[in-house]
Amino acid sequence: MAAVDALKCKECGTSYPLEARYVCERCFGPLEVSYDFSALDAAETKRRIQAGPQSIWRYADFLPFEQQPRTALAAGVTPLIHADRLAQRLGLREVWVKNDAANPTHSFKDRVVTVALAKARELGFEVVACASTGNLANAVAAHAAAAGLESYVFVPADLEEQKILATGVYGTNLVAVRGNYDDVNRLCTEIAGERDWAFVNVNLRPYYAEGSKTLGFEIAEQLGFELPDRLVVPVASGSLFTKIARGFEEWKEVGLLSGDLPVFNGAQAEGCSPVAQAFEAGHEICRPVKPKTIAKSLAIGNPADGPYALELARRSGGTVDSVTDDEIRAGIRLLAETTGVFTETAGGVTTATLAKLAERGRSRATSGWCS
Amino acid sequence: MSVTVKIPTQLRSVTGGDAEITVEGASTVKGVLDRLYESYEGLSARIAEDGALRRFVNVYVGGEDIRFLDGLDTAVHDGDEVTILPAVAGG
Ligand SMILES: Cc1ncc(COP(=O)(O)O)c(C=O)c1O
Ligand SMILES: [Zn+2]
Repeated sequence: MAAVDALKCKECGTSYPLEARYVCERCFGPLEVSYDFSALDAAETKRRIQAGPQSIWRYADFLPFEQQPRTALAAGVTPLIHADRLAQRLGLREVWVKNDAANPTHSFKDRVVTVALAKARELGFEVVACASTGNLANAVAAHAAAAGLESYVFVPADLEEQKILATGVYGTNLVAVRGNYDDVNRLCTEIAGERDWAFVNVNLRPYYAEGSKTLGFEIAEQLGFELPDRLVVPVASGSLFTKIARGFEEWKEVGLLSGDLPVFNGAQAEGCSPVAQAFEAGHEICRPVKPKTIAKSLAIGNPADGPYALELARRSGGTVDSVTDDEIRAGIRLLAETTGVFTETAGGVTTATLAKLAERGRSRATSGWCS
Repeated sequence: MSVTVKIPTQLRSVTGGDAEITVEGASTVKGVLDRLYESYEGLSARIAEDGALRRFVNVYVGGEDIRFLDGLDTAVHDGDEVTILPAVAGG
Protein backbone atom coordinates (compact mmCIF):
# COMPACT_ATOMS: atom_id res chain seq x y z
CA MET A 1 0.00 0.00 0.00
CA ALA A 2 1.34 3.38 -0.98
CA ALA A 3 1.92 6.04 1.63
CA VAL A 4 0.73 8.94 -0.52
CA ASP A 5 -2.40 10.40 0.95
CA ALA A 6 -3.67 13.76 -0.34
CA LEU A 7 -2.79 17.32 -1.23
CA LYS A 8 -2.76 19.64 1.78
CA CYS A 9 -2.58 23.42 2.08
CA LYS A 10 0.68 24.44 3.76
CA GLU A 11 -1.02 27.47 5.29
CA CYS A 12 -4.41 26.27 6.54
CA GLY A 13 -4.25 22.47 6.27
CA THR A 14 -7.28 21.99 4.00
CA SER A 15 -7.11 18.67 2.13
CA TYR A 16 -7.69 18.11 -1.58
CA PRO A 17 -7.64 15.03 -3.81
CA LEU A 18 -4.44 14.20 -5.72
CA GLU A 19 -5.31 16.20 -8.85
CA ALA A 20 -3.68 18.86 -11.00
CA ARG A 21 -4.16 21.68 -8.50
CA TYR A 22 -1.69 23.80 -6.60
CA VAL A 23 -3.56 26.58 -4.80
CA CYS A 24 -5.79 26.37 -1.76
CA GLU A 25 -9.27 27.59 -2.65
CA ARG A 26 -9.75 28.91 0.84
CA CYS A 27 -6.60 30.91 1.54
CA PHE A 28 -4.54 30.87 -1.69
CA GLY A 29 -1.76 28.98 0.11
CA PRO A 30 0.41 26.43 -1.73
CA LEU A 31 -0.62 22.77 -1.73
CA GLU A 32 1.81 20.04 -0.80
CA VAL A 33 1.63 16.24 -1.02
CA SER A 34 0.96 14.59 2.32
CA TYR A 35 1.71 10.98 3.25
CA ASP A 36 0.91 8.46 5.89
CA PHE A 37 4.13 6.58 6.63
CA SER A 38 2.79 4.68 9.63
CA ALA A 39 2.76 1.37 7.75
CA LEU A 40 6.42 1.62 6.68
CA ASP A 41 8.89 -0.55 8.58
CA ALA A 42 12.37 0.98 8.64
CA ALA A 43 14.38 -2.18 7.98
CA GLU A 44 12.10 -3.36 5.22
CA THR A 45 11.99 0.09 3.59
CA LYS A 46 15.77 0.28 3.67
CA ARG A 47 16.06 -3.12 1.99
CA ARG A 48 13.61 -2.01 -0.69
CA ILE A 49 15.63 1.15 -1.33
CA GLN A 50 18.91 -0.73 -1.57
CA ALA A 51 17.45 -3.30 -3.94
CA GLY A 52 15.75 -0.61 -6.01
CA PRO A 53 16.62 0.81 -9.43
CA GLN A 54 19.60 3.13 -9.97
CA SER A 55 17.35 6.17 -10.20
CA ILE A 56 15.05 8.28 -8.02
CA TRP A 57 12.52 5.44 -8.18
CA ARG A 58 14.48 3.61 -5.49
CA TYR A 59 12.71 6.11 -3.20
CA ALA A 60 9.25 5.33 -4.60
CA ASP A 61 7.83 4.80 -1.10
CA PHE A 62 8.29 8.55 -0.56
CA LEU A 63 6.95 9.76 -3.89
CA PRO A 64 3.35 10.67 -4.79
CA PHE A 65 2.25 7.53 -6.64
CA GLU A 66 0.07 4.58 -5.77
CA GLN A 67 2.04 2.49 -8.20
CA GLN A 68 5.59 3.11 -9.30
CA PRO A 69 5.39 4.63 -12.79
CA ARG A 70 7.66 3.68 -15.63
CA THR A 71 9.71 6.52 -17.04
CA ALA A 72 11.67 6.71 -20.24
CA LEU A 73 14.44 8.93 -18.87
CA ALA A 74 14.93 8.58 -15.16
CA ALA A 75 17.10 10.88 -13.09
CA GLY A 76 19.12 10.51 -9.93
CA VAL A 77 21.88 8.47 -8.33
CA THR A 78 24.51 11.08 -9.09
CA PRO A 79 27.97 11.10 -7.49
CA LEU A 80 28.61 12.47 -4.02
CA ILE A 81 32.23 13.53 -4.32
CA HIS A 82 34.57 13.58 -1.34
CA ALA A 83 36.13 16.97 -2.08
CA ASP A 84 39.34 16.84 -0.06
CA ARG A 85 41.21 19.41 -2.09
CA LEU A 86 38.31 21.86 -1.85
CA ALA A 87 38.12 21.29 1.90
CA GLN A 88 41.84 21.94 2.18
CA ARG A 89 41.67 25.16 0.20
CA LEU A 90 38.86 26.42 2.42
CA GLY A 91 40.38 25.18 5.67
CA LEU A 92 37.44 22.87 6.37
CA ARG A 93 37.60 19.40 7.84
CA GLU A 94 35.40 17.66 5.34
CA VAL A 95 33.45 18.75 2.26
CA TRP A 96 31.32 16.68 -0.06
CA VAL A 97 29.99 17.88 -3.40
CA LYS A 98 26.77 16.48 -4.81
CA ASN A 99 27.32 16.59 -8.54
CA ASP A 100 23.81 16.73 -9.95
CA ALA A 101 25.22 17.81 -13.29
CA ALA A 102 25.54 14.05 -13.84
CA ASN A 103 21.79 13.92 -14.51
CA PRO A 104 20.50 13.50 -18.11
CA THR A 105 20.19 17.27 -18.73
CA HIS A 106 22.87 18.28 -16.22
CA SER A 107 20.91 19.61 -13.26
CA PHE A 108 18.68 18.53 -10.38
CA LYS A 109 15.71 19.60 -12.52
CA ASP A 110 15.77 16.10 -14.04
CA ARG A 111 14.57 14.84 -10.66
CA VAL A 112 11.57 17.14 -10.37
CA VAL A 113 10.63 16.68 -14.01
CA THR A 114 10.79 12.87 -13.76
CA VAL A 115 8.18 13.06 -11.00
CA ALA A 116 6.04 15.76 -12.63
CA LEU A 117 5.90 14.04 -16.01
CA ALA A 118 5.01 10.70 -14.47
CA LYS A 119 2.14 12.48 -12.70
CA ALA A 120 1.14 14.33 -15.89
CA ARG A 121 0.82 11.02 -17.72
CA GLU A 122 -1.07 9.41 -14.87
CA LEU A 123 -3.54 12.33 -14.92
CA GLY A 124 -3.93 11.98 -18.68
CA PHE A 125 -2.26 15.21 -19.91
CA GLU A 126 -1.01 15.25 -23.48
CA VAL A 127 0.92 18.51 -23.32
CA VAL A 128 3.51 19.45 -20.72
CA ALA A 129 4.95 22.90 -20.13
CA CYS A 130 6.99 25.04 -17.75
CA ALA A 131 8.25 28.51 -16.89
CA SER A 132 12.01 28.27 -16.62
CA THR A 133 15.25 30.08 -15.85
CA GLY A 134 16.94 27.62 -18.22
CA ASN A 135 17.61 24.30 -16.59
CA LEU A 136 14.00 23.34 -16.11
CA ALA A 137 13.29 24.07 -19.77
CA ASN A 138 16.07 21.69 -20.67
CA ALA A 139 14.73 18.93 -18.48
CA VAL A 140 11.10 19.33 -19.57
CA ALA A 141 12.05 19.31 -23.25
CA ALA A 142 14.21 16.19 -22.89
CA HIS A 143 11.85 14.17 -20.70
CA ALA A 144 8.86 15.11 -22.86
CA ALA A 145 10.76 13.97 -25.95
CA ALA A 146 11.61 10.66 -24.29
CA ALA A 147 7.99 10.18 -23.22
CA GLY A 148 6.57 11.21 -26.60
CA LEU A 149 4.65 14.14 -25.13
CA GLU A 150 4.28 17.53 -26.73
CA SER A 151 5.96 20.31 -24.75
CA TYR A 152 6.00 24.08 -24.45
CA VAL A 153 8.77 25.74 -22.51
CA PHE A 154 8.73 29.44 -21.63
CA VAL A 155 11.99 31.23 -20.86
CA PRO A 156 13.20 34.82 -20.51
CA ALA A 157 14.49 35.95 -23.92
CA ASP A 158 17.88 37.02 -22.51
CA LEU A 159 18.94 33.54 -21.42
CA GLU A 160 22.41 32.20 -22.27
CA GLU A 161 22.54 31.08 -25.91
CA GLN A 162 23.96 27.69 -24.92
CA LYS A 163 20.99 26.96 -22.67
CA ILE A 164 18.54 27.84 -25.43
CA LEU A 165 20.35 25.61 -27.90
CA ALA A 166 20.49 22.74 -25.41
CA THR A 167 16.72 22.97 -24.97
CA GLY A 168 15.79 23.47 -28.61
CA VAL A 169 17.56 20.33 -29.74
CA TYR A 170 14.85 18.13 -28.15
CA GLY A 171 12.21 19.46 -30.52
CA THR A 172 10.16 21.39 -28.01
CA ASN A 173 8.06 24.50 -28.59
CA LEU A 174 10.42 27.07 -27.13
CA VAL A 175 8.80 30.39 -26.26
CA ALA A 176 11.19 33.24 -25.44
CA VAL A 177 9.40 35.95 -23.49
CA ARG A 178 10.57 39.55 -23.46
CA GLY A 179 10.93 40.07 -19.73
CA ASN A 180 12.49 38.45 -16.69
CA TYR A 181 11.64 35.09 -15.13
CA ASP A 182 8.92 36.59 -12.95
CA ASP A 183 7.19 37.92 -16.06
CA VAL A 184 7.45 34.47 -17.62
CA ASN A 185 6.04 32.94 -14.47
CA ARG A 186 3.09 35.33 -14.43
CA LEU A 187 2.34 34.53 -18.06
CA CYS A 188 2.47 30.79 -17.39
CA THR A 189 0.25 31.09 -14.32
CA GLU A 190 -2.32 32.83 -16.52
CA ILE A 191 -2.01 30.28 -19.34
CA ALA A 192 -2.29 27.39 -16.88
CA GLY A 193 -5.75 28.71 -16.00
CA GLU A 194 -6.87 28.70 -19.61
CA ARG A 195 -5.30 25.61 -21.20
CA ASP A 196 -5.39 21.95 -20.41
CA TRP A 197 -1.63 21.72 -20.11
CA ALA A 198 0.46 20.22 -17.35
CA PHE A 199 2.72 23.07 -16.26
CA VAL A 200 5.22 21.19 -14.15
CA ASN A 201 5.94 24.15 -11.89
CA VAL A 202 2.46 25.67 -11.86
CA ASN A 203 -0.52 23.32 -11.71
CA LEU A 204 1.67 20.24 -11.09
CA ARG A 205 4.03 22.03 -8.73
CA PRO A 206 3.08 20.00 -5.63
CA TYR A 207 4.30 16.83 -7.39
CA TYR A 208 7.26 18.48 -9.08
CA ALA A 209 8.53 19.70 -5.73
CA GLU A 210 8.50 16.16 -4.32
CA GLY A 211 11.27 15.24 -6.75
CA SER A 212 13.71 17.47 -4.86
CA LYS A 213 13.40 15.30 -1.76
CA THR A 214 15.31 12.60 -3.62
CA LEU A 215 18.42 14.76 -3.58
CA GLY A 216 18.30 14.68 0.21
CA PHE A 217 17.55 10.94 0.28
CA GLU A 218 20.52 10.27 -1.95
CA ILE A 219 22.94 12.32 0.12
CA ALA A 220 21.84 10.48 3.25
CA GLU A 221 22.04 7.07 1.59
CA GLN A 222 25.46 7.83 0.09
CA LEU A 223 26.71 8.85 3.53
CA GLY A 224 25.61 5.42 4.82
CA PHE A 225 22.17 6.49 6.08
CA GLU A 226 23.61 9.37 8.04
CA LEU A 227 22.79 13.06 8.07
CA PRO A 228 25.42 15.63 7.16
CA ASP A 229 26.07 18.42 9.68
CA ARG A 230 25.41 21.22 7.24
CA LEU A 231 24.20 21.80 3.71
CA VAL A 232 24.83 24.70 1.37
CA VAL A 233 22.06 24.80 -1.22
CA PRO A 234 21.34 27.21 -4.09
CA VAL A 235 18.02 29.02 -3.70
CA ALA A 236 15.83 30.36 -6.53
CA SER A 237 12.17 29.68 -5.66
CA GLY A 238 13.33 27.94 -2.47
CA SER A 239 11.67 24.65 -3.37
CA LEU A 240 14.85 22.54 -3.55
CA PHE A 241 16.17 24.01 -0.30
CA THR A 242 13.01 23.28 1.69
CA LYS A 243 12.30 19.89 0.13
CA ILE A 244 15.71 18.47 0.98
CA ALA A 245 14.88 19.20 4.60
CA ARG A 246 11.46 17.63 4.17
CA GLY A 247 13.11 14.48 2.82
CA PHE A 248 15.37 14.23 5.86
CA GLU A 249 12.41 14.76 8.17
CA GLU A 250 10.43 11.99 6.48
CA TRP A 251 13.32 9.58 6.85
CA LYS A 252 13.67 10.51 10.48
CA GLU A 253 9.96 9.87 10.97
CA VAL A 254 10.24 6.41 9.39
CA GLY A 255 13.41 5.62 11.35
CA LEU A 256 15.87 5.57 8.46
CA LEU A 257 17.80 8.49 9.96
CA SER A 258 18.35 9.83 13.43
CA GLY A 259 19.87 12.94 14.94
CA ASP A 260 19.32 16.64 14.49
CA LEU A 261 18.33 18.24 11.23
CA PRO A 262 21.49 19.64 9.56
CA VAL A 263 22.17 23.36 9.46
CA PHE A 264 20.72 24.71 6.21
CA ASN A 265 22.58 27.51 4.46
CA GLY A 266 20.81 28.98 1.44
CA ALA A 267 22.91 30.45 -1.37
CA GLN A 268 21.84 33.31 -3.65
CA ALA A 269 23.47 35.73 -6.06
CA GLU A 270 23.63 39.27 -4.71
CA GLY A 271 21.99 40.55 -7.89
CA CYS A 272 18.93 38.43 -7.13
CA SER A 273 18.78 37.84 -3.41
CA PRO A 274 15.25 38.43 -2.14
CA VAL A 275 15.54 35.58 0.37
CA ALA A 276 19.00 36.57 1.64
CA GLN A 277 17.83 40.17 2.05
CA ALA A 278 14.75 39.13 4.02
CA PHE A 279 16.91 36.83 6.15
CA GLU A 280 19.30 39.67 6.93
CA ALA A 281 16.45 42.05 7.74
CA GLY A 282 14.69 39.54 9.97
CA HIS A 283 11.56 39.52 7.79
CA GLU A 284 9.20 36.57 7.47
CA ILE A 285 8.35 37.24 3.84
CA CYS A 286 10.41 38.31 0.87
CA ARG A 287 10.12 41.56 -0.97
CA PRO A 288 10.43 40.85 -4.70
CA VAL A 289 13.45 42.17 -6.62
CA LYS A 290 14.39 42.69 -10.28
CA PRO A 291 17.19 40.21 -11.03
CA LYS A 292 20.53 41.46 -12.29
CA THR A 293 23.19 38.75 -12.07
CA ILE A 294 25.19 36.29 -14.17
CA ALA A 295 23.52 33.50 -12.19
CA LYS A 296 20.57 33.37 -14.56
CA SER A 297 19.53 29.88 -13.50
CA LEU A 298 18.78 31.28 -10.02
CA ALA A 299 17.25 34.57 -11.18
CA ILE A 300 13.83 34.42 -9.55
CA GLY A 301 12.94 37.78 -8.04
CA ASN A 302 9.66 36.68 -6.46
CA PRO A 303 10.33 33.29 -4.85
CA ALA A 304 7.24 31.16 -4.20
CA ASP A 305 8.77 29.31 -1.26
CA GLY A 306 10.55 32.34 0.17
CA PRO A 307 8.75 32.33 3.55
CA TYR A 308 9.40 28.62 4.00
CA ALA A 309 13.06 28.96 3.05
CA LEU A 310 13.48 31.71 5.65
CA GLU A 311 11.74 29.60 8.23
CA LEU A 312 14.01 26.60 7.51
CA ALA A 313 17.23 28.63 7.63
CA ARG A 314 16.24 30.05 11.02
CA ARG A 315 14.89 26.83 12.46
CA SER A 316 18.01 24.86 11.53
CA GLY A 317 20.44 27.50 12.82
CA GLY A 318 21.53 28.37 9.28
CA THR A 319 21.51 31.45 7.09
CA VAL A 320 20.64 32.60 3.61
CA ASP A 321 23.67 34.37 2.15
CA SER A 322 24.45 36.07 -1.11
CA VAL A 323 27.62 36.40 -3.21
CA THR A 324 28.66 38.85 -5.92
CA ASP A 325 29.09 37.97 -9.58
CA ASP A 326 32.86 38.10 -9.16
CA GLU A 327 32.64 35.71 -6.24
CA ILE A 328 30.46 33.42 -8.38
CA ARG A 329 33.10 33.38 -11.13
CA ALA A 330 35.76 32.61 -8.53
CA GLY A 331 33.53 29.88 -7.12
CA ILE A 332 33.17 28.20 -10.50
CA ARG A 333 36.95 28.26 -10.89
CA LEU A 334 37.60 27.03 -7.36
CA LEU A 335 35.31 24.05 -7.79
CA ALA A 336 36.82 23.19 -11.17
CA GLU A 337 40.40 23.46 -9.88
CA THR A 338 39.82 21.36 -6.82
CA THR A 339 37.29 18.74 -7.91
CA GLY A 340 37.37 18.55 -11.71
CA VAL A 341 33.71 19.58 -11.84
CA PHE A 342 32.95 22.48 -14.19
CA THR A 343 29.70 23.83 -12.86
CA GLU A 344 27.25 26.32 -14.29
CA THR A 345 26.55 29.52 -12.33
CA ALA A 346 24.31 27.96 -9.66
CA GLY A 347 27.20 25.74 -8.57
CA GLY A 348 29.40 28.84 -8.54
CA VAL A 349 26.94 30.55 -6.20
CA THR A 350 27.00 27.50 -3.94
CA THR A 351 30.77 27.14 -3.89
CA ALA A 352 31.24 30.88 -3.31
CA THR A 353 28.76 30.80 -0.46
CA LEU A 354 30.56 27.85 1.13
CA ALA A 355 33.83 29.80 0.82
CA LYS A 356 32.20 32.82 2.41
CA LEU A 357 30.84 30.77 5.30
CA ALA A 358 34.23 29.14 5.80
CA GLU A 359 35.94 32.49 5.86
CA ARG A 360 33.48 33.85 8.32
CA GLY A 361 34.62 31.08 10.58
CA ARG A 362 31.02 30.23 11.14
CA SER A 363 31.32 27.06 9.19
CA ARG A 364 32.22 23.70 10.57
CA ALA A 365 30.89 22.40 7.31
CA THR A 366 31.04 18.79 6.40
CA SER A 367 28.91 19.18 3.37
CA GLY A 368 28.61 21.47 0.44
CA TRP A 369 27.31 20.79 -3.00
CA CYS A 370 26.79 21.79 -6.48
CA SER A 371 23.83 21.19 -8.71
CA MET B 1 -13.22 55.81 -15.38
CA SER B 2 -13.03 52.04 -15.50
CA VAL B 3 -10.44 49.32 -15.06
CA THR B 4 -10.56 45.66 -15.99
CA VAL B 5 -9.76 43.10 -13.30
CA LYS B 6 -8.60 39.66 -14.38
CA ILE B 7 -9.78 36.94 -12.02
CA PRO B 8 -7.77 33.71 -11.66
CA THR B 9 -9.57 30.39 -12.05
CA GLN B 10 -9.24 29.74 -8.30
CA LEU B 11 -11.52 32.71 -7.54
CA ARG B 12 -14.12 32.23 -10.23
CA SER B 13 -16.34 30.20 -7.94
CA VAL B 14 -16.99 33.43 -6.00
CA THR B 15 -17.35 35.64 -9.08
CA GLY B 16 -20.03 33.45 -10.62
CA GLY B 17 -17.56 32.19 -13.20
CA ASP B 18 -16.55 35.67 -14.39
CA ALA B 19 -12.93 35.83 -15.60
CA GLU B 20 -12.90 39.58 -16.19
CA ILE B 21 -14.72 42.21 -14.22
CA THR B 22 -15.03 45.89 -15.02
CA VAL B 23 -14.75 48.20 -12.02
CA GLU B 24 -15.84 51.84 -12.24
CA GLY B 25 -14.80 54.82 -10.23
CA ALA B 26 -11.89 53.53 -8.16
CA SER B 27 -8.58 55.40 -8.14
CA THR B 28 -6.30 52.93 -6.34
CA VAL B 29 -5.80 49.18 -6.22
CA LYS B 30 -7.29 49.19 -2.75
CA GLY B 31 -10.34 51.00 -4.10
CA VAL B 32 -10.70 48.45 -6.88
CA LEU B 33 -10.44 45.52 -4.46
CA ASP B 34 -12.92 47.11 -2.04
CA ARG B 35 -15.49 47.39 -4.84
CA LEU B 36 -14.96 43.74 -5.68
CA TYR B 37 -15.28 42.71 -2.03
CA GLU B 38 -18.61 44.55 -1.86
CA SER B 39 -19.91 42.87 -5.00
CA TYR B 40 -18.69 39.33 -4.39
CA GLU B 41 -19.29 37.70 -1.09
CA GLY B 42 -16.45 35.50 0.12
CA LEU B 43 -13.81 37.12 -2.07
CA SER B 44 -12.16 39.12 0.66
CA ALA B 45 -11.79 36.12 2.96
CA ARG B 46 -9.90 34.25 0.25
CA ILE B 47 -7.30 36.79 -0.68
CA ALA B 48 -7.12 39.25 2.21
CA GLU B 49 -6.63 39.17 5.94
CA ASP B 50 -6.83 42.13 8.31
CA GLY B 51 -6.97 44.57 5.43
CA ALA B 52 -3.79 43.30 3.80
CA LEU B 53 -3.39 40.85 0.94
CA ARG B 54 -2.58 37.31 2.03
CA ARG B 55 1.06 36.39 1.50
CA PHE B 56 0.50 34.11 -1.46
CA VAL B 57 -1.49 36.59 -3.55
CA ASN B 58 0.14 38.63 -6.34
CA VAL B 59 -1.55 41.71 -7.77
CA TYR B 60 -0.32 43.42 -10.93
CA VAL B 61 -1.25 46.71 -12.58
CA GLY B 62 -0.41 46.76 -16.28
CA GLY B 63 1.76 43.69 -15.75
CA GLU B 64 3.83 45.20 -12.93
CA ASP B 65 3.76 43.69 -9.43
CA ILE B 66 2.23 46.32 -7.13
CA ARG B 67 5.05 45.74 -4.65
CA PHE B 68 7.32 47.54 -7.16
CA LEU B 69 4.76 50.35 -7.26
CA ASP B 70 2.88 51.73 -4.25
CA GLY B 71 1.33 48.49 -3.04
CA LEU B 72 -2.39 48.76 -2.37
CA ASP B 73 -2.11 52.54 -2.77
CA THR B 74 -0.94 52.15 -6.38
CA ALA B 75 -2.97 54.49 -8.59
CA VAL B 76 -5.10 53.05 -11.35
CA HIS B 77 -6.12 54.92 -14.48
CA ASP B 78 -8.82 54.55 -17.05
CA GLY B 79 -8.28 51.41 -19.13
CA ASP B 80 -5.75 49.84 -16.75
CA GLU B 81 -5.70 46.10 -16.33
CA VAL B 82 -5.44 44.73 -12.80
CA THR B 83 -4.49 41.06 -12.50
CA ILE B 84 -4.87 38.89 -9.41
CA LEU B 85 -2.84 35.67 -9.40
CA PRO B 86 -1.71 33.00 -6.95
CA ALA B 87 1.92 33.50 -5.91
CA VAL B 88 2.75 29.86 -5.47
CA ALA B 89 4.12 28.96 -8.89
CA GLY B 90 7.61 28.80 -10.28
CA GLY B 91 11.00 27.32 -9.61
C1 LIG C 1 21.05 24.34 -11.15
C2 LIG C 1 19.99 24.88 -10.24
N1 LIG C 1 20.17 24.76 -8.92
C3 LIG C 1 19.23 25.23 -8.05
C4 LIG C 1 18.08 25.87 -8.48
C5 LIG C 1 17.10 26.36 -7.44
O1 LIG C 1 15.86 25.78 -7.52
P1 LIG C 1 14.60 26.22 -6.66
O2 LIG C 1 13.75 27.05 -7.56
O3 LIG C 1 13.95 24.93 -6.28
O4 LIG C 1 15.08 27.01 -5.48
C6 LIG C 1 17.86 26.02 -9.86
C7 LIG C 1 16.64 26.67 -10.34
O5 LIG C 1 16.38 26.84 -11.48
C8 LIG C 1 18.84 25.52 -10.76
O6 LIG C 1 18.68 25.63 -12.08
ZN1 LIG D 1 -5.33 27.05 2.70
